[in-house]
Amino acid sequence: MATLRLPVVAPAENCLVSNDWVCPLYLQTRGDQLVEATRDHLVLVLVSVLLGVLIAVPLAVLGHRVRRARSLTIGVTTVLYTIPSIALFFLIVPMLGLSAATVIAGLTLYTLTVLVRNLLVGLEGVDPEVRDAAVGMGYGRRRLRWQVEMPLALPSAMAGLRVATVSTVALATIGTVVGNGGLGNVISRGLQANFRAEVLAASVLCVVLAVVLDLLLLLLQRRLTPWRRTA
Amino acid sequence: MSFVGDVLAWFADPSHWQGAAGVPQLFVEHVGFTAASMGIATAVAVPLGLWLGHTGRGGVLAVQVSNIGRAVPTLAVLVILVLLPEPFGRSTTTALVAFTLFAIPPMLTNTYVGMREVDRDTVDAARGMGMTGAQVLLRVELPLATPLLMNGVRVAAVQVFATVSIAAIAAFGGLGRILTRATGGVGGTDLAELVAGALIIAVLAVVLDLLLAVASRAVDPVGRARARGRGGVPPAEVDAEEPAAVT
Repeated sequence: MATLRLPVVAPAENCLVSNDWVCPLYLQTRGDQLVEATRDHLVLVLVSVLLGVLIAVPLAVLGHRVRRARSLTIGVTTVLYTIPSIALFFLIVPMLGLSAATVIAGLTLYTLTVLVRNLLVGLEGVDPEVRDAAVGMGYGRRRLRWQVEMPLALPSAMAGLRVATVSTVALATIGTVVGNGGLGNVISRGLQANFRAEVLAASVLCVVLAVVLDLLLLLLQRRLTPWRRTA
Repeated sequence: MSFVGDVLAWFADPSHWQGAAGVPQLFVEHVGFTAASMGIATAVAVPLGLWLGHTGRGGVLAVQVSNIGRAVPTLAVLVILVLLPEPFGRSTTTALVAFTLFAIPPMLTNTYVGMREVDRDTVDAARGMGMTGAQVLLRVELPLATPLLMNGVRVAAVQVFATVSIAAIAAFGGLGRILTRATGGVGGTDLAELVAGALIIAVLAVVLDLLLAVASRAVDPVGRARARGRGGVPPAEVDAEEPAAVT
């Protein structure tokens, strides 16, 4: 396909030249860029959400035990949530530079709001009689927390995890302002080049990624809470 | 800490507070875009949410629209609209349509949920007293749904404010301009200007959220009545609602 390598002399008869929104030729010739951007995107999302969970669980456990810690955590994460992502990323730049770490730090902070809140709602929703029964059966504090309270808080926590994951996928695109937005980089490159097929493909991939991760988490939720399947 | 000094110097520089690229002018643009699209979105989403909630129809749509809104990146919608032909492209229409699209879901969902969470016994009692459908809607359901409705307005406004900031990436006006100016300069990134701009946007977003929280309390008829010592209705559980979306 010599004509492809020399687009200047190629006849203006393909979807790249006519700048169509849907262009199979673009996917054929530059699909590898999309794959790479999707992989970057996925890494940003997975690392951020994972870090979010690792931080949110102890925060929620602490908030569940100490009233003051609860209101402080909820208060701080809620204020963080109102800060626009573009501003938050740039506020992190002096510390972590124009890097993927900046984007991951910002995204992780955002996940905390939903994760901590839903974990707390789940923990607080545990029936006191169930707790009493466990204590009566000789469960210590640690076993009570991890074998009774946490499993019962799982449905609410998993709902929060799904919301956090889906919004992180969309939000990661803004990472392009510090040069690390995964598919967001492709979208802004397409904007600069006025390249419709590139923008639409990356946008659709973002939504597909969000939906796929949401479904996977839904399956995981079913697996983890078999007692709810019949309910 | 010369960096903090640089940021302070940016704020102290009078040239940043004057002219078409000055903070006051950008602020006016930003607020103008936010207010206009919130106006359009409210006029669409609130009546629709009230009607769907009142009739109990379209619940799946009203709730799912928020989930869909969450999964679609604002940047993608903005850029797609910019690359569309007239009347889109880099126009005010594009900006208003994009911002309005992102303001509608939280308001529609919250209004709908607020209406559905009104105690059915209360609605039945109102009907039993001979109220018409419109009276039940306006005098019973709407006042009781106000806290959640206002929560939707608050979430939507904060989100639109954030989306307007992002729109600067696609060369629209508003305070985001400070950020794109700071990163796009000939001499590389101006870190002091970047952080100053980000601080302005972050602080204003938090202030907007607080103002709307105060406004929500002020327009909530049930809450006001309770504050005056009338009515024995227990406080509504607004806390359980998760924040809709961050942008």
